[in-house]
Amino acid sequence: MAEAAHDPHHPHATGPSRAKVLLREPLVLNQRSMSWVTNRICGIVENPQPKGWWYIIVPCVALVAVMVFCFTYLVSTGVGVWGPNHPVAWGWDITNFVFWIGIGHAGTLISAILYLTRQKWRTAVNRAAEAMTIFAVMCAGLFPALHVGRVWMAWFLAPIPNSNAIWQNFKSPLLWDVFAVSTYFSVSVVFWFLGLVPDLATLRDRCKPGIRKMAYGLFALGWRGGNRQWRHYEIAYGLLAALSTPLVLSVHTVVSFDFATSIVPGWHTTIFPPYFVAGAIFGGFAMVLTLMIPVRKIYGLHDLFTMKHIDNMAKIILLTGTIVGYAYLMELFIAWYSGSLYEFDAFKWRILHGPYTWAYYCMFFCNVIAPQVFWFKKMRENLLVVMIVCMFVNAGMWYERFVIICTTLARDFLPGQWDMYHPSWVEIWTFIGTFGFFMMLFLIFLRFLPVIAIAEIKGVLPESDPHYDPSFAKRDNLVAAPSYEGDRLENRPAEPTAVVTNAAPA
Amino acid sequence: MSTPLKRVHGYLAEFSSARDVFHAAEQTRDAGYSSWDVHSPFPVHGMDDAMGLPRSILPRFVLIGGIIGITTAFLLQYLTQVVIYPTVVQAKPANIYTIAAFFPVMFELTILFSAFTALFTCLVMMKLPRLHHPLFNAPSFSKFSDDKFFICIEARDPKFSAEKTKSFLAGIGGSNIELVEDEL
Repeated sequence: MAEAAHDPHHPHATGPSRAKVLLREPLVLNQRSMSWVTNRICGIVENPQPKGWWYIIVPCVALVAVMVFCFTYLVSTGVGVWGPNHPVAWGWDITNFVFWIGIGHAGTLISAILYLTRQKWRTAVNRAAEAMTIFAVMCAGLFPALHVGRVWMAWFLAPIPNSNAIWQNFKSPLLWDVFAVSTYFSVSVVFWFLGLVPDLATLRDRCKPGIRKMAYGLFALGWRGGNRQWRHYEIAYGLLAALSTPLVLSVHTVVSFDFATSIVPGWHTTIFPPYFVAGAIFGGFAMVLTLMIPVRKIYGLHDLFTMKHIDNMAKIILLTGTIVGYAYLMELFIAWYSGSLYEFDAFKWRILHGPYTWAYYCMFFCNVIAPQVFWFKKMRENLLVVMIVCMFVNAGMWYERFVIICTTLARDFLPGQWDMYHPSWVEIWTFIGTFGFFMMLFLIFLRFLPVIAIAEIKGVLPESDPHYDPSFAKRDNLVAAPSYEGDRLENRPAEPTAVVTNAAPA
Repeated sequence: MSTPLKRVHGYLAEFSSARDVFHAAEQTRDAGYSSWDVHSPFPVHGMDDAMGLPRSILPRFVLIGGIIGITTAFLLQYLTQVVIYPTVVQAKPANIYTIAAFFPVMFELTILFSAFTALFTCLVMMKLPRLHHPLFNAPSFSKFSDDKFFICIEARDPKFSAEKTKSFLAGIGGSNIELVEDEL
């Protein structure tokens, strides 16, 4: 009898079977079927958007208008409408550039590195994170393009034969940056698009004939899901993941070279590349959570984007945040240990008696202290706490770049050159405007494209395994949650919160 | 108005689970069919073996793309910095020994060229994009992107026969078997 209790195949097995005890937490909760997954995700695109969507996009579009105005003013007047001066030649512009570029890195980490390491939970977040990457890189690209001052000369960055027969200086990290960021953007778009093709086909097949069907059909490229397609597709997807993994590490490394290869004390350190990469992933994950927790709630994606996902991502934030904290402390230690007077002085200005000491402590609190609450499971399970910590991290990562760039430059080698840096209203509104731009693009993405990779999430359902036996579910008493026909709005039974069009099922 | 000419594309059979279509694919492979395909909402693990397909040769093309990328980047930098317009900036000399400063761009272009080769070669191998395919005429086929699985045996297969293929598909568990035609 003792034998029988442990053998799940034994006809007289009692109690929870061994298989159930050892069962991993499922990636999709409530035994959702494939068609439920299709309906739920496509429903976001097909149903009218909830009110919240409109409440957010209208101010975002207004902010984009403000941003466009600020850019027009900058280009028509000159780069002097921004705050940079001598010695602080890089102000908010480069701070914002590094900030936005860093945000993007979590997307590639989720889509590429977690794919290669077979972290299947990534399927619920990778689409949104990749979209976020692309939009963040678009925001990032605006700043260096505009801070060159004469925007109409920005094409000088590209190695194009010109009438002066002058070529770019390929030994400069700034040119490496041009190549790194543009490659990163292009490869991210390719990766994102390739992942979208099967899901666009799903949307195409659900549409009634018309403009929508034509548009989705055009971008779905005639996808038929044949295994003679899938076998190339999977290899291509894996290769893109393998290519993106070193790429994402290289991009922020090259960004950090902009600083590390200079001779400015406080910038000239070898710790910058790993420290920047860890910081980028840290800040990016916080942004993914900042976006996805509301999306999960508004569109009722609780079964697909589960607490397990949030828990995993909070742990990554804790890990990378701690790496960043280590880098901060190591920087201080090396400043003293190196014996370089200038280096030591730069850090004394930064943490003890400089004019921007407050910014350093803001950064330290937001990036190192705040994420430490994620050591506790209770805190990782409390979405309010998670959101607050993510907000701290978002702010903290911006402060990090500000501290590195502005406070270092404000205290140069010669005391006679020292000056404070004050952002102008144009700069401030440009930065706020890019948030509007970012959010607007993300909301448009939610409106027209599947926010979760439908084909990939079906691939992690238990029944997608060709060796899956339907009797397993019965044996383990796993009961499917009730589903309604089509999960379309009109077929849905009345819910207590019927006003919210995309509410979660009870 | 004349009756449109039609050409038989093949037989399409529906399956309701990955498990069913997997075993059906194994039997179709063993029956010796060659022009056929399994359509599924997601890539079914192990389906290449079940269909008797070899591993995709895509990586070879991507390797070539990468080599072209790294060569392009090297030549772009070496020719412009050392041969055409040698410039000494920040005391960095203009000769082959500065190759270390060329590595970041060489790396980036390797990735860029490889990624685009992967995308375009993949599309060519998948015979995409195309605006139309006879399978889209089959009413049930649109469920392939939802939760149904299909096996389509094409008429150009030498073993195809109007009766035998139909009964074969029914025998391996296919339901809703229909003849897919293409308007000419």
